[in-house]
Amino acid sequence: MAIEGADLVKAAAYLGAGIAMGLGAIGPGVGEGITAAKACEAIGHNPREAGLITRTMLVGQAVAESTGIYSLVIALLLLFVV
Amino acid sequence: MDIELNTAVMMAAYAGGGICIGIGAIGAAIGEGYAASQATAGMSRNPAISSDIFKTMLVGQAISESSSIFTLVVSLVLLFTHHSTQSFLTVAALLGAGLCMGFGALGSGIGAGYPAAAACAGIARQPAMAGRITTNMIIGSAVCQTPAIFAMVVSLMLVFLRSPSAPVSPTWAALLGAGLSVGLAAIGSGYGGGLAAGASCEGLARNPSSTGSVTTTMLVGQAVAQTPAIFGLLISFILMFKVFPASSSLSAAMAPLAAGLCMGFGGIGPGIGNGSAAEGAVRAVARNLEAATDLMRIMLVGQAVSQSTAIYAMVVSLVLIFVV
Repeated sequence: MAIEGADLVKAAAYLGAGIAMGLGAIGPGVGEGITAAKACEAIGHNPREAGLITRTMLVGQAVAESTGIYSLVIALLLLFVV
Repeated sequence: MDIELNTAVMMAAYAGGGICIGIGAIGAAIGEGYAASQATAGMSRNPAISSDIFKTMLVGQAISESSSIFTLVVSLVLLFTHHSTQSFLTVAALLGAGLCMGFGALGSGIGAGYPAAAACAGIARQPAMAGRITTNMIIGSAVCQTPAIFAMVVSLMLVFLRSPSAPVSPTWAALLGAGLSVGLAAIGSGYGGGLAAGASCEGLARNPSSTGSVTTTMLVGQAVAQTPAIFGLLISFILMFKVFPASSSLSAAMAPLAAGLCMGFGGIGPGIGNGSAAEGAVRAVARNLEAATDLMRIMLVGQAVSQSTAIYAMVVSLVLIFVV
């Protein structure tokens, strides 16, 4: 197996991209799930406010998603730019 | 397999950058999700105050986000800075920096979610206290971010500070250990600080007349909960700045690495435990204002005992660095 320098750098970049997106997907998954669960309970307690609660849930989930987007950006940078 | 220096440095930069954002993104997302969940629950209880709850949720989530922004910055620095290729030490330093910031943001991100969540729930319960609760949340979450800031400082020092004359072995292990020491220890302190801040926002909502005592107890408890991260920072600095005599033996390299791992892992438990103690004390102070001084004393005694293993870890780290 002839290992070249440029090949090794690419290998490390791909590994980094994988770890970045792989681990980075954990947080938003858990966080948004907790949000959704509590939102369901909340609507169960007060069905009249379903619209407000759903809107708030979506905004909160969007904020939690942001770190996942950072991971995606770094992963794409590692795959295609560096 | 002979790896050229340039290649190895780039490999470490990319792997380190990936690990950094990967681990660092976890904490903030979980914390923000938890805050949003309590916000929806609060709105369900008290729809009339929902705009205040929404504003507080966003502010709390923004503070929690800050630790992952530090991580993004360090990742971009790792990916795009032109790193010095003078010696193989750069490889260890870049990997250490990535691990450091990644782990360091984990605890603070989750921790800052607790006060945000408790503030949202508290405002629903006690709308008149909205301003005070939000202020308390901001103070508590800000203290909670300090371990992530320590980790960012050490990360950036690892990336940018260079001593060209240091021998490659065993300094590579010392640089890696420096990153792990404050990075791992920051997990416990960040999370523990968050527990205390959460209890204080909840306590303010339950008992509006307890404002001064609850905030004081929270700050004292959080200060003690931050000490494992400070031990981690101390060991990191020692590892970064001590001149290790050149040695090719594996044991001479494993000693500083083990010191970093020792203080790093050793800070996690006491950080969480001290935070738990502070959380209990703050909750009790809110219910029982007259017993505030007694509760503060018990909290400090309990935290001191909980701190003991962090001190053992620091002693063993120092022995590994200086004695063996």
